[in-house]
Amino acid sequence: MTTQGIGNGAKRAKEPVLVVIQLSGGLDFMNTLIPYTSGVIYDARPTVSVPAEQTLPIDDRLAWHPAAKALKDLYDAGNVAVVQGIGYENSSRSHFRAMDIWHTCEPLRIATEGWLAKTVREIDPHGENPLTAVSFGRGLPRALAAPGVTATSVSNLDQFGLMTKVEQAQERAHDLEIFKRMYTPGIGTGIVMDYLSQTGRDVLKGADMLATVPGEYASTVEYAANPIAQSLRDVARVHTAGLGARVFYTQHGGYDYHSHEPLMHPRLLKELTEAISDFLADLRAHDAADEVTILAFTEFGRRIRDNGSGTDHGSGGGAYIIGDRVAGGLYAEYPSIDPKDWLYGEDLRHTIDFRGIYGTVLEQWLGVDPAAIVGGTFEQIRPYRSTLLAS
Amino acid sequence: MASDQIALMAHLMRRVGVGATRDELEALAARPYEDVVEDLLHPERFPDEDDDALDRYYPTSLSPDIPTPWAGRWLYHLVTSRGPLRHKMALFWHHVFATAWFKSEHGPSIPAQIETFRQHGLGDLRRLLLELSRDPAMSYWLDNCENHAGSINENYGRELLELFSMGIGNYTETDIKEAARAFTGWTFEQPIPLYPYGGYPTKFVFHPDDHDDGEKTFLSRTGRFDGGDIIEIIVEQEATARFISRHLYNYFVADEPQVPAWSVTPPQDPEAMATLMRAYRDSHADVRSVMRALLNSDFFKVARFRRVKSPAELVGGAVKLSGALDFPDPSVIGMASATAVMGQTLMDPPTVEGWHTGKEWIDGGTLTERVNFAVEQVLDPGRPGVRAIARRLAEDGNPLSPEAFVDRCLDLAGPLAVGAATRTALLEHAAAEGELWFEGEAARSKGEARVARLLTLIVAAPEYQFC
Repeated sequence: MTTQGIGNGAKRAKEPVLVVIQLSGGLDFMNTLIPYTSGVIYDARPTVSVPAEQTLPIDDRLAWHPAAKALKDLYDAGNVAVVQGIGYENSSRSHFRAMDIWHTCEPLRIATEGWLAKTVREIDPHGENPLTAVSFGRGLPRALAAPGVTATSVSNLDQFGLMTKVEQAQERAHDLEIFKRMYTPGIGTGIVMDYLSQTGRDVLKGADMLATVPGEYASTVEYAANPIAQSLRDVARVHTAGLGARVFYTQHGGYDYHSHEPLMHPRLLKELTEAISDFLADLRAHDAADEVTILAFTEFGRRIRDNGSGTDHGSGGGAYIIGDRVAGGLYAEYPSIDPKDWLYGEDLRHTIDFRGIYGTVLEQWLGVDPAAIVGGTFEQIRPYRSTLLAS
Repeated sequence: MASDQIALMAHLMRRVGVGATRDELEALAARPYEDVVEDLLHPERFPDEDDDALDRYYPTSLSPDIPTPWAGRWLYHLVTSRGPLRHKMALFWHHVFATAWFKSEHGPSIPAQIETFRQHGLGDLRRLLLELSRDPAMSYWLDNCENHAGSINENYGRELLELFSMGIGNYTETDIKEAARAFTGWTFEQPIPLYPYGGYPTKFVFHPDDHDDGEKTFLSRTGRFDGGDIIEIIVEQEATARFISRHLYNYFVADEPQVPAWSVTPPQDPEAMATLMRAYRDSHADVRSVMRALLNSDFFKVARFRRVKSPAELVGGAVKLSGALDFPDPSVIGMASATAVMGQTLMDPPTVEGWHTGKEWIDGGTLTERVNFAVEQVLDPGRPGVRAIARRLAEDGNPLSPEAFVDRCLDLAGPLAVGAATRTALLEHAAAEGELWFEGEAARSKGEARVARLLTLIVAAPEYQFC
């Protein structure tokens, strides 16, 4: 793997890296970047709204939720592009369907190929590096699933590998050889068995590469103990090991606050934004930040009126592009909160299609043609001051 | 004993539980298949061990705020019960009516819900949905406790239709809102706080003054419906017969696509679906009757190794094979932790959609966990299950050729059917050490070690991932 790696001292040219953070459940955009000077919001959402004087204004119209202080600091430093009003026509209110749509870019039919899996196919067409895409957490998201595409899912970076209970090194080596032969793709054994065989072989290869990671990483940044902070720490560990990983996937769940939003939302927002801030600080300390873009998204926004305790599923959410080469600021339009513009009389109208934002990151950051991946051409934004792509 | 009878019985037991020992399979195969099925459909004929005895070793009350001890106990029953279907049905309904610990309160409300699934999981679907709608854990999970007359919270109404009964595309947004109105005022009693004394159960309560008693129009019918009326209407729908039948097929017969695709991807076996839906209609939605039709059908009997094992099935099956569950043994807790790292934290599914199943159980990380767990179970030649297999091999006569050694081990560990790649690799492994002998003390101990070693490779094989 020396051709791929910058580990072991062999420095190579930096390649752009994308870190996706999936915020599961439906983050309340209106309660993250708050139209704090609008009476409408305070009338419609008396329960979940934060008093205007506690918010963190960025101008005379919008303010960050106080729990997003860490993100506000990054925003003030010019590292955060906020995509306001992201969504798509006829936004689904089903978590699962909505998440599927975000993962596959297919609002009108059920698809099984994920947009990032197709991206991996472009970056590593022959599946040479099982670590081109690495997902942290349990199970591979559909965004990274497609036939023939390899992505490594890591639930525990510190104990990764097969037959680790076989203590004798010689026996284990023999067993791994048998394992490899049992996981030889056969003819006519079916797609599930083919998938299983390929996965088994990829694990063998990926495990050899990842085995070195925990020993090589050292950092002064102390991440919090919560799952998103630990996931981003794992991203930092693998990224700084220089194994050629180009796409990372992490998830942060719990945003489906139909009830107790005033309790849940700030807790999650604080965990998330502090984790991102620590992650960037860690990368900077390793001279490994300027090749990284973070894209944080959620499957939908929430209803404009609150329900007395939380908010129900809605549309018109927000996404966040974060990194050292980002031209910070507000992108697309904040959806109108004027009641006469409410969709179905209760929802925000989206102002930019999410496939254009995927396209932005694919084309402008990773240098991959987005049309086939997102299924067409969609309006992009210009969120980068500079990129690593050859001009 | 005819070996195909053993293989059929092994298939049946893998599906209604997590498998059976060879001794158990031989006893079952001596009886008519339909009699065995009938017993399995009536788990009350085989009472479980007293939970009080389990409590002496694993006092769940000491850690009321984590699911692991409860999940471990559930897995213990799955492995050891002679009437495993009550626990398997609870697992099935837990997949469908997924409710998670991470949004639960009030002490052991999730274990109480699972107990409801055990009691009613094989009964009338109306009763089950009614119990579900009154269940405090569900009420809190999907916010029906926040669903008030004049201020509805439609979360439960939506998922009841989309995920719990009819499936998407069979109702309108208006139906959701009308269903939600019918469930207003259905909530639970405020219980004693969890700390410092531990969990206290709560129970369903109906507040008539918070119930919207007005006229509603639901699925083209109009009346002053309450939740029970909504359930009656739902259960009569063709869409519900189809949706529940497909769930049962997917869980007990063969992997189907993920649930969100069902509205557009037709079932792989329309005739099997027709059989199940007929049983549903003829029995007026009696789950036991549908399961009877399923387990006795030809499409079930031939559907061997057509499902990827869920983590609970993988873990329970490997433990059953090794005979490692010497009660009392800490592995009861270990089993629950093991399913969690394979992507299935019992009593704590990721979302109300439950777990994605089939091949989606498998990725690099989870495959690693699955292989490593199964290997660890049979690594020790002293494990009762490994010993039992070695004993049978010794009785086959000495010596055994490498070929007979591999084939007999595959038979006794399943019977497990493997493809050419696996069989060739296992044969090469076995041939390297020549014939298998058990004569004499030294040979027996070496023979047992070789059996354990071969079993570790068998459970690491790709075929072992299926049931």
